[in-house]
Amino acid sequence: MIDILQILISESFWAASLRISTPLIFGVLGALLCEKSGVLNLGIEGIFVAGAMSGWLAVWLGAGLIGGVIVAGLAGAFFGLIHAILTVPLGLSQHVSGLGVTLFATSLSYFIYRTALPNVSSPPRIEPFRPIDIPIISDIPFLGEIMGQQTAMTWLALLMVFIVWFVLYKTPLGIAIQAVGDNPNSVDAQGLSVYGLRIGSVVAGSALMGVGGAFLTMSAFDAFFFGMVNGRGWVCIALVIFASWKPGKALLGAVLFGAFDALQVRLQTEVGAFVPGQIFLMAPYVLSIFALMIAARKADYPRALLTPWFKGER
Amino acid sequence: MIRIENRNSSSRLFKFSIPIISAVVSLILAAIPLAFAGANIGEAYFVMIKGVFGSVFAVSEMLTRATPLIFTGLAAAVAFRARLWNIGAEGQLYLGAMAAVAIGTGVLDINGFFLLPIIITFGCLMGALGMVVPMALKTRFGADEVVTTLLLNFIILIFLQMMLEGPLKDPMGLGWPQSAPILDQGMLPTLLTRMRVHSGLIIGLVLAIILQIFINRSIWGFKLRAVGENIFAARHAGIGVNKSLLGVAICSGALAGLAGVSEVIGLKGYLTADLSPGFGYTGIVVAMLAGLSPIGVIAAALFIASVFVGADSMSRAMGVSSYLADLVVAMSLICVLIGGFVSNYKLTFTKQKKVTTK
Repeated sequence: MIDILQILISESFWAASLRISTPLIFGVLGALLCEKSGVLNLGIEGIFVAGAMSGWLAVWLGAGLIGGVIVAGLAGAFFGLIHAILTVPLGLSQHVSGLGVTLFATSLSYFIYRTALPNVSSPPRIEPFRPIDIPIISDIPFLGEIMGQQTAMTWLALLMVFIVWFVLYKTPLGIAIQAVGDNPNSVDAQGLSVYGLRIGSVVAGSALMGVGGAFLTMSAFDAFFFGMVNGRGWVCIALVIFASWKPGKALLGAVLFGAFDALQVRLQTEVGAFVPGQIFLMAPYVLSIFALMIAARKADYPRALLTPWFKGER
Repeated sequence: MIRIENRNSSSRLFKFSIPIISAVVSLILAAIPLAFAGANIGEAYFVMIKGVFGSVFAVSEMLTRATPLIFTGLAAAVAFRARLWNIGAEGQLYLGAMAAVAIGTGVLDINGFFLLPIIITFGCLMGALGMVVPMALKTRFGADEVVTTLLLNFIILIFLQMMLEGPLKDPMGLGWPQSAPILDQGMLPTLLTRMRVHSGLIIGLVLAIILQIFINRSIWGFKLRAVGENIFAARHAGIGVNKSLLGVAICSGALAGLAGVSEVIGLKGYLTADLSPGFGYTGIVVAMLAGLSPIGVIAAALFIASVFVGADSMSRAMGVSSYLADLVVAMSLICVLIGGFVSNYKLTFTKQKKVTTK
C-alpha cells in the first residue's frame, strides 16, 4: 500500500500520466465536438492511425515538426470530411460510415507506409518533440516538475481544452453547434445551415483526432508501428460519454485514464511476479467499460445524436 | 437548387445491382493505389484474377478464406437487421476458438461423432456469451453496445494471450504461445484431397439458407425486423423488445463464435493469437455488401475473399503491399453506403427556390 501511495505522490508518475493522456485529450475533444453537433464519429480509430502515419511521414520527408502536426491535422480533416459527407447531407448510418472511415483510413495509412518504406526491418526514426522548459512555470514546486517533462504537443492539448470549451460555450458559433446537435429544426428556423454546422464540426473534430494520432509518432515515440493505436480511439468514444459531453470533464477523464494506465505499468513491475501481466494490460479497457456503466444513464446526450436531418423534412 | 427527395419505390433490380456496382467500382478504384505503388496496372489485375481463379488450388484457397467471412458476415447481418450494433465479432470469434481448443485437445477423448457437436455447441455458447454481456450492460446500465463490444475485442484478445501463455498453452509447443493440437477426431473433414477447403464452408452455406428463411418467414424473424425498423412501434405493438434483442444477440454472438470454431477445427488445428486477420471487422463489410441478407452474405463473402486472396498473390508476384486488399474492402463498404443512398433517395434539380416542400 505504501508503495502505491509513494507512486501516487511522485512527480514522475503524474508527468507520465499527462503524457499518456495527451492523445486521448485530443481524441476526446475531437469526438466531443463531432457529437455535440449530432454526429457520432467512429472513424476516430482510423483517423488516429492516419494522423500518426501522415505526421510522421511528413517529418521524415523533411517537413519539420510543426509541418508534421499540420499534415496530421489535414489528414484528420480529410477523413472527417468523408464521414461528414456520408452522414450529414446523405444521412447514412453514422455507425457504419464511421467504421468504414476507420477501415479506409487505417488501410490507406498502412498501404502508404508500406509503399513508401518497402523493406525496412526496423522502422526509421525521426527527431521527435522535446520537453520544453518554461522558466516561470518550472519554478512552481510540484506542477513545474510535471509540466517540465511535457512537450509542446501536451501544451497544445491543454490549450485546446480551453479553446473548445470557449468556442462551445462562449461564442455564438458554439451555441449554434450545440443547438444543431440538440434540435436541428430550431437552427434551420434561425436561417443557419444545419449541414454547414455539422460538416464543419465533424471536420474540425477530426482534425483534432489527427493531431492526437500524431502525438504517438512525434512525441510519445519517434517511429510508426503497425497497430500502435491499439483501441485508443474507442477509449475516447467511451470517455466522451463518461465526460457527459463537457470539455473540462473530458480533460479530467482523459487524465484519470492516463493515470490509471501509468499506475498499471508501475504495478506490473511491482507485483508482476505473482499476477500475469495481461491482467494489467486489460485494465484500461475494463476501466473504460466501467466508466461507461457508471455514466451512461446520467449522461446528457445531445438530443439529436445519431439522427440525420434533411432539409424540408419534418 | 438541388433537393434530396425520397424515392417512393426503387426497382428490385436497381437495389440488387447496387452491391455489384459497388464491388466493381471499388476494384476499379484500386488502380489508383496500384499506380501510386508504381505497378503495371493491367498486369496487376491479371495476376489477381489468376490468383483467385487460375487453378483448383486457388479457388480452394478463396473458399477457405470465405468460410470465416460467411460466419462473421451472418453475425453482423443478423444483428444489424435488428439495429443491434455488434462490432465485437472479432472478440466473439476468439471466444469460440478458445472454447474449441479447451474441449477439443484431449479433455474429452471420445468418438468424433459425439466430440464434434460438443465442440461446436460449446464454441457457439462462448461466442453468444461474448454478446450477451454487452447486451446486459446495455439493458441494465444503458451502456452503448458499440463501445462495449469494441472494447471487449481488445479485452478478449489480451485474455487469449494470457490463456495461450497459461492454461491453454501446448506443453510440447517449445515455448511458443500456442494451444495443443485438436484431436484428429475433433477435426472437420476437408472437402477435397490435398486442399485446405473444409466442411466448415458447408455449415456456413446451410446456416445462411436457414437464416434467410427464418428472418423472412418466421415469427422470430418478423420480430427481429420490426425491432430493427422501428423500435418504438415494435414496443407499441407488444413485441418484447428486450427479449427479442437478447435472442438476436445470442444468435449473432454464436455465429461469430462459430467462425472461430471453424477456423480452429476446420483449418488450423490449433490456436494462436493471430488466428484472425480481422475477420470480425471484415464481416461487417460483408454484411453491408450483402444488404444484410443472409443469402447475400454468401456472395459478398466470396467477393471479399477473392479480393484478399487475389491481392495476396499479386503482392507476392509484384511486390505491392497486400494492404491493398484491406483498402479495396474499405472502399467497397463506402461505395455500397453511397449506393444505398442512391437507391433510397434521388436528387432533383428545381429551377426556383421553393419555400415550403411539404
